[in-house]
Amino acid sequence: MAIEVRDVNKSFGTTPVLRDVSIDVESGSLTALLGPSGGGKSTLLRVIAGLEQPDTGTVRISGVDATRLAPQRRNVGFVFQHYAAFKHLTVFRNVAFGLEIRKRPKDEIRKRVMELLELVHLEQMADRYPSQLSGGQRQRMALARALAVEPEVLLLDEPFGALDAQVRKELRTWLRRLHDEVHVTTVFVTHDQEEAIEVADTIVVLADGEVEQVGSPAEVYDNPANPFVMRFLGPVTEIGGSLVRPHDIEISTEPVEGGTAATVSRVVRLGFEVRVELQVEGRDAWVQVTRGFADQLALKSGDVVSVRPTPGARSLVLATV
Amino acid sequence: MTTDVAVPPALPPGPPGGGARPRSRFSVPGGTALGVGSAVLYLSLIVLIPLAVVAWRSVDQGPGYFWRAVTTPDAWAALTLTVGASILVALINLVMGTIIAWVLVRDRFPGKAVVDTLIDLPFALPTIVAGLVLLSLYGPESPLGLNLAYSRAGVVLALLFVTLPFVVRTVQPVLLELDKEMEQAAASLGASPFQTFRRIILPNLVPAMLSGTALAFTRSIAEFGSTVLISGNLPFKTQVAAVNIFSQIEGDNTTGAAAISTVLLVVALVALVSLDLLQRWGSRRG
Repeated sequence: MAIEVRDVNKSFGTTPVLRDVSIDVESGSLTALLGPSGGGKSTLLRVIAGLEQPDTGTVRISGVDATRLAPQRRNVGFVFQHYAAFKHLTVFRNVAFGLEIRKRPKDEIRKRVMELLELVHLEQMADRYPSQLSGGQRQRMALARALAVEPEVLLLDEPFGALDAQVRKELRTWLRRLHDEVHVTTVFVTHDQEEAIEVADTIVVLADGEVEQVGSPAEVYDNPANPFVMRFLGPVTEIGGSLVRPHDIEISTEPVEGGTAATVSRVVRLGFEVRVELQVEGRDAWVQVTRGFADQLALKSGDVVSVRPTPGARSLVLATV
Repeated sequence: MTTDVAVPPALPPGPPGGGARPRSRFSVPGGTALGVGSAVLYLSLIVLIPLAVVAWRSVDQGPGYFWRAVTTPDAWAALTLTVGASILVALINLVMGTIIAWVLVRDRFPGKAVVDTLIDLPFALPTIVAGLVLLSLYGPESPLGLNLAYSRAGVVLALLFVTLPFVVRTVQPVLLELDKEMEQAAASLGASPFQTFRRIILPNLVPAMLSGTALAFTRSIAEFGSTVLISGNLPFKTQVAAVNIFSQIEGDNTTGAAAISTVLLVVALVALVSLDLLQRWGSRRG
């Protein structure tokens, strides 16, 4: 295991931020810490990096107890949401920083930095200052800077959070490819479930300072441990006291076995998909169907239909209050 | 910004992230001429014309007279004392002001707000009051038994007092705004606290430290009120340039007074301009 976190508790004042958190991160994996804002995921990452001290619990990095080790001595690379670029240094010197601190020979530094700049496609920008770069370029520079010291683990705190949607999407695809090339154990924090599913091998869902579930993207999406994880990982709707994905619901104009009667309240066409809004037993629900299917049924508001989860669909029975 | 404009197309497709930000200039149509016009007019009336008159007065009896007025033994002594003491004061406040700013921003202690307010007191206090305070504290009847009256140390003390706020108040906001994550990034890259201070924090503070120091220096060379009491104005010993100018005027030697004033003016200008050059040289970054 590259990282082993055991029973970590952390409070800011009287507010608990992490509660008995234990996670394992496999060597060479790409893990996402996913959860809503204030769920403790950034704090957990900072505890791993040594930028925060846990109140109780231990952190082991590559088998070594690092709980009381200063960040300088943990050999982790950290990438911040807002880049934390050294404003007064050129891109080259930013990336070289960790190597200069380690007093590596000049030639070696030059070679390594240029390799890294090539890796993040900034070789043309070596002599620029961070203020002359775009957000995406700054974050790539920060990544190269963190990788320069050959860290045992790379930690990224909402690395694409400050970028606009388009750049964010492109950068995360790129991060996945980069990881396939470099293979350094990587943990990144995100609140975007799509980003986590697309990029990570393993997703750790954190909410209210507790680990809700750990698994591959498919596992957490298809077999959510609880309603919270199910809701957080994708769209859900409630039919017959169960939480179901809206694309896992069959809809028919004839009554079917195991079906629940519903009234169509609205049909919304969103390009290739159609969103059918329903009233089921006095509650709002919705079903996602393809356009062709919706046309076939010729649904309109006021129609009475029968709905049921598709056979084999994952659903969670909600506890009745 | 969806394409990486800064990477030539010949290279393999680079990662996304967009090109460098275009620099745009904000301008209000028609506003510029009016703005520049009033700024220049105001500056001329308040600063440039009076300064020009002083410079003009100083040479209205010829450059030879100017030179003689400046190099009379008492004027020259006053000038060298003033410049020397000002350099010393500026350097001391460079160090102490930075430390005070650091403590005010980074440390927590009871009464911090009070100390923070007290820093401005030398600004707010009429300088003659400052002189009086210093004289009663460090004068012949010093309750501390420390008599600095009529000595050069007294002059330096007075100048230190009135110029304290400059470095503190220029460094403090920069330190407040300094990205703490830069320091954390440096730490995670292996830098010790001292290395982080020297390589990351200090370079970001230097411009503010230098401009605070320059302000302290220029203020020092012009100081009158706070030094006039504690120095005792002994020619050749403790008389500063501003007081020398005053006594020249009292002795009806306006041209001589103007000549010494002009020297002070030039020293101040040289200090400000060289500081500006130093900052431009040091910060090619945008």
